[in-house]
Amino acid sequence: MTSNLAVDVRGLRKSYGDLTVLDGVDLAVEAGTVTALLGPNGAGKTTAVGVLSTLLKADAGTVRVAGHDVVAQPEAVRASIGVTGQMSAVDDLLTGVENLRLMASLHHLGRHDGRERADALLAQFGLTDAARKPVSTWSGGMRRKLDLAMTLVGAPAVVFLDEPTTGLDPRSRRTLWDEVRALVAAGTTILLTTQYLEEADQLADRVAVLDGGRIVAEGTPAELKSTHDAGSLDDVFLRLTEPTPEPSADPTTKEVAR
Amino acid sequence: MTTVTIATTTAGARPLADTLTMLRRNLLRAVRYPGLTSFTIAIPVILLLLFVFVFGGAFGAGVMPGVAPGADGRAAYLDYITPAILLFAVVGAAQSVAITAAMDATSGIMARFKTMAISSGSVLGGPVLGTVVQGLVAVAVVLGLAVALGYRPHAGGLGWLALAGLLALVTFALSWLCVAMGLSAPSVETASNTPMILTALPFLGSGFVPVETMPAGVRWFAEYQPLTPIIETTRALLAGTPLNTSTTLQALAWSVLIAALGYAWSRALYRRERR
Repeated sequence: MTSNLAVDVRGLRKSYGDLTVLDGVDLAVEAGTVTALLGPNGAGKTTAVGVLSTLLKADAGTVRVAGHDVVAQPEAVRASIGVTGQMSAVDDLLTGVENLRLMASLHHLGRHDGRERADALLAQFGLTDAARKPVSTWSGGMRRKLDLAMTLVGAPAVVFLDEPTTGLDPRSRRTLWDEVRALVAAGTTILLTTQYLEEADQLADRVAVLDGGRIVAEGTPAELKSTHDAGSLDDVFLRLTEPTPEPSADPTTKEVAR
Repeated sequence: MTTVTIATTTAGARPLADTLTMLRRNLLRAVRYPGLTSFTIAIPVILLLLFVFVFGGAFGAGVMPGVAPGADGRAAYLDYITPAILLFAVVGAAQSVAITAAMDATSGIMARFKTMAISSGSVLGGPVLGTVVQGLVAVAVVLGLAVALGYRPHAGGLGWLALAGLLALVTFALSWLCVAMGLSAPSVETASNTPMILTALPFLGSGFVPVETMPAGVRWFAEYQPLTPIIETTRALLAGTPLNTSTTLQALAWSVLIAALGYAWSRALYRRERR
């Protein structure tokens, strides 16, 4: 129970009918660090985050997050985590500040504290000017920032980011990276999935390469590069992962979901 | 680097507080997106005008023996159908929550709520309670129009209270059913398809014509379907006439049954893994 692991995954399996999405995944994330789960489309990244965040049930294996078992103590896990998924999880009809206050109310922060928290996060993410306009009028980058800000309202100990910068322009991407670094500096544990090698290289203390439902390589970015005699994580990625047939085989990714 | 101060979060769900928060969210959404609410109010308004001013002159004479066609018929028919039109307002409001539920489920926000330590009942209970509020507003608007057209209810103070309670209960029950229908729809566009069935129910009962005038099979359905005792109880409450105990109990029993089934179905769908 007193392990220093914020995320402890052992032998995680998950399949949908005949389709095996996760085929025995082991993953350990130390508290206060960033781990990037890297993999091609359909590797099972989103499914893994789904199980870790109590949205999906594993077929086999044990998953502990922030010291709690996701099956036995899902409420304790939920109280410790923040999740920013691939799908936009903001309320389009509300304004930015209303979205953040909604989260504050759901965390039972109280009126005064909730307003302060919302204003602080708006300022932190540079969203104060747009805060009183409906989110439906915002740009994709701003919505993504709000999405992450909403995830942070409850000051979660462990944050899951599922492809947080997909579709963002380089400047917005860098802003989000800065926010991730600030979070880690404040002691938050982060597990992020990405298909951008540069993102993993920039942010992650450790990288786990997921392909075909299994972790095919794991280590620091430098270790992975030297072990695989590669100049960049790009080369590591291309050597380790097999070309995926289109369309993606991961049933929980957006492209095939509906 | 900017860091916000870590606010203390009280762990654990608080069902009442969470439901009120979700209710507030849904009422705010209704204000921000008045199109859906207006639409649900427009339908019973149009039906009332259509049935009174187009069909009423002739139908009124048909449902009320001794009433002459024309203006007298219209007045009699307005009197006859107003309870059923109020049920249309209730059904329309309930149908809209199917769209609300489907919107939440297909965007990422319901997934976000599921990963938070909040009361799971509040995520769907908030929209349902918001719909009850919208349903009562719709009923008030439609009833106001009926009064403007010459309808004269004779309910007493307690009668109005009972009427509001009954219609709130019916909206609550139908809303849970419609939440489940919305959650089982594959997309927002198809979310309102299944609840459309409910639109037919006020017609297939005692709301517009006496059931005695229907052929055997239809008459059987009209007599025993849930909305018939509900419409008849509404009619008696508005008219200020004594309630038929058996009819009133049937109305309440149907409402509770529909609410329980809708709630159980919604809860099962909410807990289902969404692929």
